[in-house]
Amino acid sequence: MALFASARTSPDHIMTTSAQQRAKAPYWSWPGLIEGARLSVPLLPGMVVFAAAFGTIAAQKGLTLFETVLMNAIVFAGAAQLVAMEIWSGPLSFGTIISIAVVTAVVNARFVLMTASLRPWLGPLPAWQVYPALLLTTDATWIVGIRYHASGGTDASIYLGAGLALWALWVVTVIPGYLLGAVVVDPARFGFDLMLPIFFMAMLVQLWRGPRRSIGWAVAGGVALVASWLLPGWWFIVIGAVVGSIAGGFIDD
Amino acid sequence: MTDLVSGPIAAIVAMTLSTYLTRVSGYWLMGHVPMTARVRRMLETLPGAIVVAAIVPIVARSGAPGLIGVGVTFVAMLLLRRNEFAAVALGLTAVALSRAGGL
Repeated sequence: MALFASARTSPDHIMTTSAQQRAKAPYWSWPGLIEGARLSVPLLPGMVVFAAAFGTIAAQKGLTLFETVLMNAIVFAGAAQLVAMEIWSGPLSFGTIISIAVVTAVVNARFVLMTASLRPWLGPLPAWQVYPALLLTTDATWIVGIRYHASGGTDASIYLGAGLALWALWVVTVIPGYLLGAVVVDPARFGFDLMLPIFFMAMLVQLWRGPRRSIGWAVAGGVALVASWLLPGWWFIVIGAVVGSIAGGFIDD
Repeated sequence: MTDLVSGPIAAIVAMTLSTYLTRVSGYWLMGHVPMTARVRRMLETLPGAIVVAAIVPIVARSGAPGLIGVGVTFVAMLLLRRNEFAAVALGLTAVALSRAGGL
């Protein structure tokens, strides 16, 4: 009977705990900044190699060192920067600049979804505090933050700390890549081109909340795969994730 | 526009503005959508959905090394609970080895 009672109350207990976590207000802290930087450490080697490789490509495309560092500092979006280099040519016309901006937005469209998913966590904080932190959003910043929040944490400094650590390294390590282009090895040789799916897989294991929640994930994977066959570029992430999360929304708790 | 600043600087600023737009618009939008139970479940599904939607096509494109790398990472995460650094390192090593092996 006790066992029966505990089995009956256990889901309620989990619900209460998760409701309490949801209700727990987000806050900022200095230790959180350090912890956020620490949580981003597994991503740093991949970041270094990626930044160095980008520096080499930017040098080949004729950007000055100042322009390269500036781009890393204020754009801070590796995949979009690489794609922009593909269409970056000679004297940039107004039309080329517009198409570079549009292509950048398309490659970064996944950030729209990523920051949307941060609303339940950061929503209670004042807008003037949240929006500057959101400017540090990258795949790496987001996955560190969302993993931390999924395990019950609400310290917003984790997001800021991870973002600042990744940003600082991204800005600094592009310089040797730019200056020593020939020295930089092919990232693919060490598997760093597959850093994103590998790190995402590590995080996915920790986002797991039972088979019911993952029906939407399966839908997302299937739709993304089909989209990647039919459409060019990075649209598959956005399309798969939108359809998958809508499916998740229609599955009752 | 290009007369006032050099072309590359104008392009970098344009990239910055369009990137910032993607970084704030989703968060802003969700502040203007009523948080019903359905929207809450959608947002709870969203992080995993983004992750899976990124992994599956990239791995499918990269062939055997990608599949091996992601598979090794998955198994390592199950065995080495909460040690993502080791799991990621093992996954990357698996990719490098399978490529060196000619896969």
